[in-house]
Amino acid sequence: MSEGLFSKKNIGLLADPIGSNNPITVQVLGICSALAVTAQLKPAFVMALSVTVVVAFGNVIISLLRNTIPNRIRIIVQLVVIAALVIIVDQFLKAFVYDVSKQLSVFVGLIITNCILMGRLEAFALGNKPWPSFLDGIGNGAGYGLILIIIAFFRELLGSGTLWGYRIIPESWYIANGGFYSNNGMMILPPMALITVGVIIWVQRSRNPKLQEK
Amino acid sequence: MKFIQKFFENTKPYVQKGAKYQWLHSVHDGMFTLFFVQKNTSKSGSHIHDYTDLKRTMGIVVLALIPALLMGMYNTGYQHFAAIGELADSNFWEIFFYGFLRVMPFIMVSYIVGLGIEFVFAQMRGHEIQEGFLVSGILIPLIMPINTPLWMVAISTAFAVVFVKEVFGGTGMNIWNPALVARAFLFFAYPSQMSGDSVWVSLGGQKAVDGFSGATPMAQAAAGQPNVDVWNSFIGLIPGSIGETSTLAILIGAAILIMTGIGSWKIIFATFAGGAAMGLILNAFAGTNAYMALPFWEHFIIGGFAFGAVFMATDPVSGTQTERGKWIYGFLIGVLAIMIRVINPAYPEGMMLAILLMNTFAPLIDHYIVEGSIKKRLKRAKVNA
Repeated sequence: MSEGLFSKKNIGLLADPIGSNNPITVQVLGICSALAVTAQLKPAFVMALSVTVVVAFGNVIISLLRNTIPNRIRIIVQLVVIAALVIIVDQFLKAFVYDVSKQLSVFVGLIITNCILMGRLEAFALGNKPWPSFLDGIGNGAGYGLILIIIAFFRELLGSGTLWGYRIIPESWYIANGGFYSNNGMMILPPMALITVGVIIWVQRSRNPKLQEK
Repeated sequence: MKFIQKFFENTKPYVQKGAKYQWLHSVHDGMFTLFFVQKNTSKSGSHIHDYTDLKRTMGIVVLALIPALLMGMYNTGYQHFAAIGELADSNFWEIFFYGFLRVMPFIMVSYIVGLGIEFVFAQMRGHEIQEGFLVSGILIPLIMPINTPLWMVAISTAFAVVFVKEVFGGTGMNIWNPALVARAFLFFAYPSQMSGDSVWVSLGGQKAVDGFSGATPMAQAAAGQPNVDVWNSFIGLIPGSIGETSTLAILIGAAILIMTGIGSWKIIFATFAGGAAMGLILNAFAGTNAYMALPFWEHFIIGGFAFGAVFMATDPVSGTQTERGKWIYGFLIGVLAIMIRVINPAYPEGMMLAILLMNTFAPLIDHYIVEGSIKKRLKRAKVNA
């Protein structure tokens, strides 16, 4: 190993997916779960953490096995690894944060089909050493999580008037209590999540000329 | 007019490129073309210009909306005084003035928010201001319930202008009708403000008389007890969104649009035909269901059917462009509107959703009609060759 653990290249692996190569806003992967679990901040955060763990360790395991996996059955091997990790995460959530696990319901299981995972395993872990693969997994998980949390922040604040379950907009503002305010019910619905993703993409591209398509 | 022209000429140097008020350039330009015709000649492409440009077109649509607007104001007052039981003691001007005071803030909010966003975008992109919002700005208040809080009007207007017009590239590029999207946004975001019995009649803080209901004919019909007062529904003295109650005023607007050639009579006619067809089909299967048995002409005079058919479906941007396409597009709007109204109790008014749905399909309809005619002509060309 000629380069250090946190060489410039490795830092790039970690930081790029958070910004200019974000899995959701630039590669447009993993949109389905981004729409499904972001109605509130807490499940979004747990989901982001779960995906990060699965993609990071999945990357490491595939990277360790990369020279022994026969090329023709690599997809099925990847699926087995991801499925095993997802089941571990699922059981962990059920044991320690049962209410969130119930809210996330089927979407934890559906991490298996999350395009980000297959994308990273195929595109990165199969051709790189374990440590860079681990960093790549953490970076992509964090990039995914960041977008999830931004979406969930706006959706929970505007849709329910709360953040992380704590009330932000005072009860007395609501029309039912003689005030003027009313929650935006559309924010709770998936279409508004899609529009929020669109706005994030819009803002990111207008700030980063490299991402603009000609 | 002379002094207005002078004013624009005198102020022009200040807003030119590099001058002090350069950021006001598109505002200046927009205001100038509102009063005068540009002297600019075309440099490429078509060289024939008509005085009926976008601004004049929009102006005529606004003119056609005036009867519905005035009637909406009167009806707002009428419903108010009827609800508090003082109708007999109020004269015409009192009634109208009350409605005027209630409706004006809607129009102001919608124009200030909508035009404000358009100005900002035009300035950011270095465009001229496009006047597409002149019509949307008056359509939006006309399709809101009178008790909608003004901040909701502002939010829905902003949403419609940003996400339906500007995102797609501004006036003339939108897929859906912006005013209808504003209403659809309110409908899904704040359902309690858009349906029910308490939002259609402005009480103005006063107590309603005993037995006052405030339910629209649409709501009564959806509850399974259609009770259409034909005459009042036709002239517009029923609870409903501000501008859509008076079928008479809407017909006056329709006449203006059709005579000036701005609204397509084909779309309007096809929409009513579609509504009638679906109404008759439902009648045939009605059985004991009173709503399904409702005759189609009563469908036309309640809710937003007529308003949608005349002012929303005919939007040249979001509708079909081909002549045959207009028949299909209009007919399906009519069919869907009545179907959603009667079959789906969750959506008491189907017109909004029907038009938005057909807006989505309009390019597809056009595509197949153009493809079809190309194919037909190719066939003919081969035979001759």
